[in-house]
Amino acid sequence: MTSTRSIDVPVLARVEGEGALHVRVRDGRVDDVQLSIYEPPRFFEGFLVGRAATETPDITARICGICPVAYQVAAANAVEASQHVDVGEAIRAMRRLLYCGEWIESHALHIYLLHAPDFLGYPDAIALAADHREVVQQGLRLKKIGNMLMEAVGGRAIHPVNPKVGGFYRFPTHDELAELRPLLDQAADDATQTVRLVAGLDIPTLSQPYHFVALDPSNGDYPLEDGRHLLTGTDRGGRQRFPLEEFDTQVTEIQVEHSHALHAHLDGVGSYLVGPLARWALMGDRMTGTAADLAAELDVPDVVTNPFASIVVRAIEVVYAVEEAARIIDGWLTAGPAAHGPASMAVPAGAGIGYGASEAPRGLLVHRYRTDEAGLVAEARIVPPTSQNQAQIEADVRDVVSGSLDLDDSALTHRAEVAIRNYDPCISCATHALTLTIDRG
Amino acid sequence: MAAHATKRGRRPTLAVWKFASCDGCQLSILDCEDELLDLADVVQIAHFPEATPTVLRGPYDLSLVEGSVTTPDDARRIHQVRAASRRLVTIGACATAGGIQALRNTRDVATLAAAVYPQPDAIAVLDRSTPIRAHVTVDAELRGCPVDKGQVIEVVAALLQERKPRLPSASVCVECKRRGLTCVAVADGIPCLGPVTVAGCGALCPGYGRGCYGCFGPYGSANTGSLAAHLRAEGASAEQVERLYATFNAAAPAFAAEASRQRDTETSA
Repeated sequence: MTSTRSIDVPVLARVEGEGALHVRVRDGRVDDVQLSIYEPPRFFEGFLVGRAATETPDITARICGICPVAYQVAAANAVEASQHVDVGEAIRAMRRLLYCGEWIESHALHIYLLHAPDFLGYPDAIALAADHREVVQQGLRLKKIGNMLMEAVGGRAIHPVNPKVGGFYRFPTHDELAELRPLLDQAADDATQTVRLVAGLDIPTLSQPYHFVALDPSNGDYPLEDGRHLLTGTDRGGRQRFPLEEFDTQVTEIQVEHSHALHAHLDGVGSYLVGPLARWALMGDRMTGTAADLAAELDVPDVVTNPFASIVVRAIEVVYAVEEAARIIDGWLTAGPAAHGPASMAVPAGAGIGYGASEAPRGLLVHRYRTDEAGLVAEARIVPPTSQNQAQIEADVRDVVSGSLDLDDSALTHRAEVAIRNYDPCISCATHALTLTIDRG
Repeated sequence: MAAHATKRGRRPTLAVWKFASCDGCQLSILDCEDELLDLADVVQIAHFPEATPTVLRGPYDLSLVEGSVTTPDDARRIHQVRAASRRLVTIGACATAGGIQALRNTRDVATLAAAVYPQPDAIAVLDRSTPIRAHVTVDAELRGCPVDKGQVIEVVAALLQERKPRLPSASVCVECKRRGLTCVAVADGIPCLGPVTVAGCGALCPGYGRGCYGCFGPYGSANTGSLAAHLRAEGASAEQVERLYATFNAAAPAFAAEASRQRDTETSA
């Protein structure tokens, strides 16, 4: 007689957007895992057609309220590439500063409000705060600094108004940056404490054969706001490096019936991983300062293949982003206003094809636009991180459930949900979600 | 706030619901870093999947609804949310005006779906993105893409104090003058929707030397036609003016009507 067991999570909590999970176990083997993203599709690629290319940063920001800067910067990078415009060092530095703010905010949100409660045995951060108020306050302080950075550089934290194709409407003033600078010292302390806190968590073990993909900036920086190449492979330095322009031939997107997000497959590899684990595995040696010191002190491996340990890498990235923000502000203030040049470069309205990418907090984001003679979008393609990770998330859930079948349904369901939250999935992005059902029959 | 909270002997319950949206407006709640833990002391968070898997049974004293209605399922679900809510307040441009996804309202949805999905037939969506008000009675509406988090706190405070929330009704121009900013339209000839857009953002864009792009939607007596005529006289094409009105509040009646008038100008020209 066949025995079937099913686990269903109809609404995945503590993720951004709407999704469900269904797992079916038959005769003690997991035979089906479906991460379904039922968040309604919003058709951005469709209605971008006919809009001015200069509108793409503002419009695509609205794909995701959690990582709008990732969209704004990737869109601007793509449109600038389509017209062969190089915005130069000052504008790139300011974008990187803005982006550091988004990493700090988004990572702190995920670490403290969405993910840590899983490891500490609480349903949510509010319950965690009832017992450990100072821990949650530390996370909120960090998160607030990230938001303040985005407000200073971008004008507001969600859907910033200052970035545009070509650069910024204006650079932040000397005073706006100088006021923030001392707060980054406090943030560096909080971020360091965060790494120690999460490194001490009771983290389940698992090792997955990941193939990583991340943006590879030619200047040797840790991947963040820009880059014209992608690096893929399984460890430091990667195995293959290809120009962004080859993304379409290297990666194909497949529509699956149970999801409103498209699955991504890398040519010759299949499913792959983007995000903190990928950036760290491929280019972690580009980390400098306290972030690198902490990783060494805490014996964080060069390649982290345990998805449950992503929270540690995310915390290290927060330390890096805080120190990078401080470095950029220090350099900016020392150089003085005359050194920066104009806040934006002219980008002609004309025909072209441009690829642009950036490393959203949860992974690689790629935009491609084809524009017509009038500078209107003729075709748009947007590949967000969560849809690239979706097949890998399902593979993780399959392995996690297979290895934990002795757990009762409630514990097993929780373990599967945590495996999804490891990815900090952004379902709003992926549909442009998550409910768990485990079917044991 | 706490005194009022305990007047009825229990904390009021707060529920947060998501429809088609980017999650940014509900993130505004979690972005209240200085107030979040205090907020959780005075209201009981009863339904807020982005923050907690804990779900308490309704009815709920206050429901905050993010997102617009774009699918047959959601058109049914919003009635359940209304039935379970003592007060229902929409948060943001999607819930209040249909959001950026309402750009589908003037296009063919099948064509849009085909641009995104290889098998568009597998996607069950409505032809139009509609605000919550088109489906159920709402008690208040917060504007903005995204909302101003101060307004979210004000709505919760008003509930606790059993009063109506105080929300701005003037135009962005008033806020801009109050800040003492130089008018970007007059001084620099930059197209600006400030005269037709409701206040609430603090005149953010003019503060960055940029024209307002109307993310808080039309204000009560917006003269969209007069502004459109001015923009055309300054050299903007009908297409450009149409696009200016057709963004995050594209389906808000005043903006939708002006965008449509501009579209008619294009076809008759």
